[in-house]
Amino acid sequence: MLRARITPCLLVHKGGLYKTVGFKDPKYIGDPLNAVKIFNEKEADEIVVLDIDASAEGVEPNFKLIGHLALECRMPLCYGGGVKRPDQAKRIIGLGVEKVAISSAAVETPDLVTRIAEEVGRQSVVTVLDVRRNPASGSHEVWTRNGRHATGLDPVTLASDLEARGAGEIVINSIDRDGAMTGYDLDLACRVKAAITIPLTVLGGAGSLRDIAALIEKCGVVGAAAGSLFVFKGPFRAVLINYPNSAQKDALLGVAAA
Amino acid sequence: MIAIVDYGLGNILAFVNLYKRMGVDIVVARTATELAPATRIVLPGVGAFDHAMDLLERSGMRGTLDDLVLNRKTPVIGICVGMQILAERSDEGTRSGLGWISGEVKSLRTAQSAANARLPMPHMGWNDVRPVAGNPIFAGLETDARFYFLHSFYVNCADARDIGAVSDYGVEMTCAVRKGHIHGVQFHPEKSHQFGMRLLKNFAEGLH
Repeated sequence: MLRARITPCLLVHKGGLYKTVGFKDPKYIGDPLNAVKIFNEKEADEIVVLDIDASAEGVEPNFKLIGHLALECRMPLCYGGGVKRPDQAKRIIGLGVEKVAISSAAVETPDLVTRIAEEVGRQSVVTVLDVRRNPASGSHEVWTRNGRHATGLDPVTLASDLEARGAGEIVINSIDRDGAMTGYDLDLACRVKAAITIPLTVLGGAGSLRDIAALIEKCGVVGAAAGSLFVFKGPFRAVLINYPNSAQKDALLGVAAA
Repeated sequence: MIAIVDYGLGNILAFVNLYKRMGVDIVVARTATELAPATRIVLPGVGAFDHAMDLLERSGMRGTLDDLVLNRKTPVIGICVGMQILAERSDEGTRSGLGWISGEVKSLRTAQSAANARLPMPHMGWNDVRPVAGNPIFAGLETDARFYFLHSFYVNCADARDIGAVSDYGVEMTCAVRKGHIHGVQFHPEKSHQFGMRLLKNFAEGLH
């Protein structure tokens, strides 16, 4: 049986590891390579590393850091940040990364998804949609450039469109719930899942393993990604990298322990 | 000595690092000369079938590989697309594979459709693997083996005796092949923590 994935998502900012709230107020967590080593030991299902500076500053992906991460990482690695051209994606895959994530560039230039898929294979192309919910209307909208630019696009329609263009996985990232630790947006997750036939990963809002269990119970086999949950501990958000052990994971995936 | 065949595809460094951690002697072979002394061969690969075969042909190592595997019976393990190219051909492309294993590479989506199943594609994530009894690379992994998959095509063996392990994803599919000293796995042992380490260690040290 294919298992739901439980995926730490790490944000790189100024060369260090940070965690944001609502895409703002980055708090320093530690060293990205050290974090990867700890998640290796904890046998995380996979890991997502997003450079939140590269696109905003219009710079090339940090190939040196990516190379070091890939070298260290003994679990599947998805890297995003600053990828605007197929040759950059190809170089990242060549460094030993399994999947490349594209966000703003995929939304603004959907044709890029097709060209990158042709270069590295669609199984390695992940598109990340940053989404805000309008509290008045309850409708969702895709935002780009670290949540600073509204696109007017509906995430469910866009996810389906990006699949048609060659995406191999969709990540739905809730800006409102980033760092909030109040639970995933289950309704949106399920609507996107129903609209696509490629794997879905949901990010933003997980505050406990119960939130992950609720997502899997509601949406089935998806990726449950989280930042704060796996880097903070306790009510005062002390930095402590953590990840469920094998028995906890089996319990929350509803797998009978052998 | 284990040679990891570097023909421009796949996560060579991941294998290098794991084998170094295990204290196993390895060499990264980029030329026929570097490959020739190998006593074990790891053949990685990602991406499209035709592209993998193109690069392998262009690497200048094809002849040496055939000689080592077919004449000298050097143990080999193909990983992911490196397993798929062990077969004769693929629905994904038009080129001939290495043909060391009888059978064809088929679309998992098409197989699912025929069984009225429709699960997200690619098949991505951690799945349980059921090895065929006695497959030496799964020693110690008989009852609890799970590995990381990332693929949309699979090898359909013409001879059921070549099946090394199966997995379920809408349909039962072959996820490992074994024909004597020729092995292949569809999943990524290099990214599968303790399970993958065990399998790669078995390949390095457990075959006699």
